[in-house]
Amino acid sequence: MITIKNLHASIDGKEILKGLNLEVPAGQVHAIMGPNGAGKSTLASVLAGREDYEVTEGSVDFDGADLLELSTEDRAREGMFLAFQYPVEIPGVSNVNFLRTALNEIREYRGQEAISAKDFMAMVREKSAIVELDPKLASRAVNEGFSGGEKKRNEIFQMAMLEPKLAILDETDSGLDIDALRIVANGVNKLRSEKNATIVITHYQRLLDYIIPDVVHVLYDGRIVKSGPKELALELEEKGYDWIKAEQEAK
Amino acid sequence: MGYTENELAKDLENQEYKFGFVTNIESDKAPKGLNEGIIRFISAKKEEPEWLLDFRLKAFALWKEMTEPEWAHVHYEKPDFQDITYYSAPKQTKKYESWDDVDPEMKETMAKLGISMEEQQRLTGVAVDFVMDSVSVATSFKSKLAELGIIFCSFSEAVKEHPELVRKYMGSVVPMTDNFYAALNSAVFTDGSFCYIPSGVRCPMELSTYFRINEGGTGQFERTLVVADQGAYVSYLEGCTAPQRDENQLHAAVVELIALDDAEIKYSTVQNWYPGDKEGKGGIYNFVTKRGLCERNAKIAWTQVETGSAVTWKYPSCVLKGDNSIGEFYSVAVTNNYQQADTGTKMIHLGKNTKSTIISKGISAGKSQNSYRGLVQIHKSADNARNFSQCDSLLMTDECGAHTFPYIECKNSSAKIEHEATTSKIGEDQIFYCLQRGISEEKAISLIVNGYCKEVLNQLPMEFAVEAQKLLAISLEGSVG
Repeated sequence: MITIKNLHASIDGKEILKGLNLEVPAGQVHAIMGPNGAGKSTLASVLAGREDYEVTEGSVDFDGADLLELSTEDRAREGMFLAFQYPVEIPGVSNVNFLRTALNEIREYRGQEAISAKDFMAMVREKSAIVELDPKLASRAVNEGFSGGEKKRNEIFQMAMLEPKLAILDETDSGLDIDALRIVANGVNKLRSEKNATIVITHYQRLLDYIIPDVVHVLYDGRIVKSGPKELALELEEKGYDWIKAEQEAK
Repeated sequence: MGYTENELAKDLENQEYKFGFVTNIESDKAPKGLNEGIIRFISAKKEEPEWLLDFRLKAFALWKEMTEPEWAHVHYEKPDFQDITYYSAPKQTKKYESWDDVDPEMKETMAKLGISMEEQQRLTGVAVDFVMDSVSVATSFKSKLAELGIIFCSFSEAVKEHPELVRKYMGSVVPMTDNFYAALNSAVFTDGSFCYIPSGVRCPMELSTYFRINEGGTGQFERTLVVADQGAYVSYLEGCTAPQRDENQLHAAVVELIALDDAEIKYSTVQNWYPGDKEGKGGIYNFVTKRGLCERNAKIAWTQVETGSAVTWKYPSCVLKGDNSIGEFYSVAVTNNYQQADTGTKMIHLGKNTKSTIISKGISAGKSQNSYRGLVQIHKSADNARNFSQCDSLLMTDECGAHTFPYIECKNSSAKIEHEATTSKIGEDQIFYCLQRGISEEKAISLIVNGYCKEVLNQLPMEFAVEAQKLLAISLEGSVG
């Protein structure tokens, strides 16, 4: 689904990603873990196309397309979705209006007809159930006055509505209590299929109890330094990141 | 790629006025300049009664003693009042009997404005009194309104047909002594609209007037008078666009609303006059006096969406004279390039238990200056008066300005007054969030801006809200790609 080769990216002249390699095939969930400042959120931002970051080297193949050549909105239209660590509030714009605009822009890009109001509302009902989101929230302004948990559930609801090929969950577990965590994770699991892929960025192993990853990667100092099965997450939980740091410094 | 503030600034500067076209209809106009002779010419041309001529001459005498106000936060070259043509009428002065008789060129103009009258009549049930330059050329739905006793006609016609009403109410809310421009208007006004809703009647449709300045160098001095008799209700719409000009055009209208006991008037304006080019050359000067008077239990709501004019000086106000009366003001003011707007409202609380609400949303782009100026005045007699004001400013660039001048004068300790104000910049985070969901930059800006103005747009009647959204989009179009 996505193949990242030797990716270098910097912000304000400071290099954050220093030759990152990563391959996530369709049908798999990969977790990216790592200490603070390793570049986890930078990776999410660079892939989504945030302007503040400059890609200085490397390539990203996204389902056959050269991702780095695509505009931010075209990446989304090609099927990339970023669940934000800090979802943005847009006062006065209802969630449904926002999502219908997004959905129709994506459909137009793909040469499909705009969705009818009736089909759209049916879809809203169906998909909001996946994350147990009160359908009333769908008609409220985007993230405005939402609790932390509601914001994160809303991200997964949007993901369900837009049906991306690749979803990147950036610290989706941060600020969630255990019940909300379970709901969000259940939502993500229901959306898993053979055709899509998911990258889960997280600090804690906790989320991976619910979203079982196929592979766990350790991101350190702008590079993937270790990859392994889901047990690697448990090892990190137990031992922290110091041994990774020591290993790297030994090299 | 994503969209930056600087790109937005650049794009906004490049945006040209959409409705820049001139209709070529031969005019029947007065020579330039202003003196008693010109006033007599206007009055004679309009076959006015003696009392109205006297009214004009008295206003002119007062005006000569007055000086132009300078307190507003705007800078402009003062108009040369002797270089203005004070009367100009389309040559075809005969009223059209039917829509088919209307000059095709005029129809085309309206089509360009997106307000095809046939369509409006058929689809929306909106009665339109279309003012081109200074004489009304088409009035519709009149007979239907007449059945209910509603009078909706041009001001000149009202002077001829209903002199007692005009004489009784004209100048009762905005006296000719009120200010420099109100005095000028009282002396030289050429036409406008008049509306009277009889006691207990609820006007079944939105009444709408489209103004359009069309003759080069012609100042427009419209006069509007809306009277809702006891228990009556009316929703009145005013919308404007003007063709592109090189010289500044002065517009100094007077609008008076009178809501008698238990009556309600909703007055909505969408204004898109030529704002000048991107260097700030040309554009309309809009110095308008709008005020409404509320008697007992009456309600007046002003809603305005202002996107045009080079200089705007406008404060739709409410005098809450009767007990339990309500005044509301909802405003969106967009300024771009070198536009300057100083706009807001005055809420004058005289009666007991009077309530007022002010929601003002300013959007500044380019190098424009956007000011909110408001006065909330609670008089001694106004027990338990209540005011809520909210003034928000949205900045699109680093070079524009947003200013707030709220004045509160309270002489009654039982009053409750709340004022909230915010200033924000359009968020790159918001735009990125939209882009990441596949929404284009242009649509993202439009969504965010419309969301920001929602409380005001919600106050507009449906058809007008759609038009207002279009205008906001046009005003900010080119801000992307």
